[in-house]
Amino acid sequence: MLKKSLLIIFSWLLAQSAAQAILTIEITQGAEGAQPIAIVPFAWKGKGERPLSLKSIIAADLQRSGQFAPLAERDLISKPHSGSEVKYKTWRALNVGYLVVGSITRLQDDSFQVQFQLLDVFKGRQLAGYSIRSLNSGLRRTAHHISDIIYKTITGEEGAFNTHIAYITITRGKDNKKRYRLAIADADGYNEKIIFSSDKPLMSPSWSPDGTRLAYVSFSHGRPEIFVQNIFSAKREKLVSFKGLNNAPRWSPDGKYLAMTLSRDGNPEIYIMNVNSRKLTRITRSYAIDTEPEWLPNSEGLIFTSDRGGTPQLYEIPLRYYRASGRAKRITFEGNYNARASVSPDGRYIAMINRTQGRFRIAVLERESGLFNILTRGKLDESPSFAPNGRMIIYATEERYRGVLAAVSVDGRARQRLSFNKGDVREPVWSPFTMNK
Amino acid sequence: MTKLLRYFIITGIILSLSACDIAPLKKRDGSSAGSDQQNQYSTDGDSTGKYSSGAELSVESLNDPNSPLSQRIIYFDLDSSQVKENDRNIITTHAEFLVAHPDISIVLEGHADERGSREYNIALGEKRAKAVKQLMTLQGVADSQIQVISFGEERPVALGHDESAWSLNRRVEILYTGY
Repeated sequence: MLKKSLLIIFSWLLAQSAAQAILTIEITQGAEGAQPIAIVPFAWKGKGERPLSLKSIIAADLQRSGQFAPLAERDLISKPHSGSEVKYKTWRALNVGYLVVGSITRLQDDSFQVQFQLLDVFKGRQLAGYSIRSLNSGLRRTAHHISDIIYKTITGEEGAFNTHIAYITITRGKDNKKRYRLAIADADGYNEKIIFSSDKPLMSPSWSPDGTRLAYVSFSHGRPEIFVQNIFSAKREKLVSFKGLNNAPRWSPDGKYLAMTLSRDGNPEIYIMNVNSRKLTRITRSYAIDTEPEWLPNSEGLIFTSDRGGTPQLYEIPLRYYRASGRAKRITFEGNYNARASVSPDGRYIAMINRTQGRFRIAVLERESGLFNILTRGKLDESPSFAPNGRMIIYATEERYRGVLAAVSVDGRARQRLSFNKGDVREPVWSPFTMNK
Repeated sequence: MTKLLRYFIITGIILSLSACDIAPLKKRDGSSAGSDQQNQYSTDGDSTGKYSSGAELSVESLNDPNSPLSQRIIYFDLDSSQVKENDRNIITTHAEFLVAHPDISIVLEGHADERGSREYNIALGEKRAKAVKQLMTLQGVADSQIQVISFGEERPVALGHDESAWSLNRRVEILYTGY
């Protein structure tokens, strides 16, 4: 019997924040051909109150990926808690390919042992079995970790369930004044933590590739400036504050540079700053607006938005040693507006805002083939950001004129909406994988 | 040959003379230039009754709702940072006033509607504000009198989600510092 043991102790270092936003996730379209999987509620082996339901978290994760169709609990024909109790024949009759069983044991007051097994129903054998130690406060993360293991075992690809999203929320206080918050949450919207809050606009968060820092634009001094903040220590530093625009920061894949937009030399141009030395290198030179730089893998180039041809379009400029090494060339030609690029981590796709017939939607360009696909169905969709496994794109949209978040798979087959119970939510950015390593 | 040469010289003199005629329009001193422009623009029709050159307006008129200086918002078309022909006289009035009052300074605040990319909209708001600034500096306002800032789509004045709101949000606001 294949059995690995993992010892994972998650500790959430951030200070607990106040009022939690309540988030609901609605699957607006499941994918055709999603694989049926049965997840049995985990057995509770301990005294006292049963901790939260791992089964519900795992089932929701797998369903959101668009690649799995978890069985409803009422359709479970029996509720085994370990592989040895499973009668494969009866599950085969349900045409369910995979079965997840497990248990939770209390070790001490605040820690648990979680065991689970992933079973292949048709082959009648175990595909994966783990025993994970978890603190009470880390149980949600353990559930996401189990989802990742299931996802990878079956699909062969990395899951992105144990990652985070950063976003901006806007609420109105009793005095009707706007309150802007930079927040992070688990990829399923739970465990919201406020990173920074201001009565002046906040925008354009960008994760450092190690997942420990966020760069963002704050108007807290009355004009746009770029700040970098450690999400654990809350240490905040003003990085860039030239005359004019200090906008659109994006971290290089190696974390040593920030690409950004500055208008200190007249009009908005793309620059690259060495984060340690603060040395600036100018990348673009045009009389038009150049903004929203986004890195290609290995820092081999930048994608950016420019209206040098009339309306905004995406351009690509090659880089060598963090300097421009060739001319910028236009890469989008569909519709009269393409902006705000997000490059998939493998560099295969570019997601963007596309305007066609007055509707702003999220589109994706496959770089090698040039195939262009409009993925979303809104009118004011914006701010696409790839999941670190490249399978999903999270973006901002509106629902009855309120800003909400939504996600769509790169093939457009799976869709979901994440709405908070208060205020507007915008500019979601998906974290890299490495946050908890 | 010499006839042709003389012709060119004379034409050249006439051209440079007419250039001199135009030049005072852009200079600070020309009060007559100011009224020339006034005559030119008062035919546009959206002046508030009696139009006077911005140079003749007092500092108090900044707080007078009937003063032409009370018009402080310039609106823009979709995707555009081009100042519309009709709005040039508003800008001229403010420019004349600022030239006559070099101790007064303004902030030009650029804005965009809510659609599309937030970062592009910040840049577009700045481009709009700079287009207004350029028209003012061409008329003699000192660079140091004008500060440009863009809020992009972050500060709409109209909260609707249709063209009637969007057209009000694509704007540059002229803000007098301290008034």
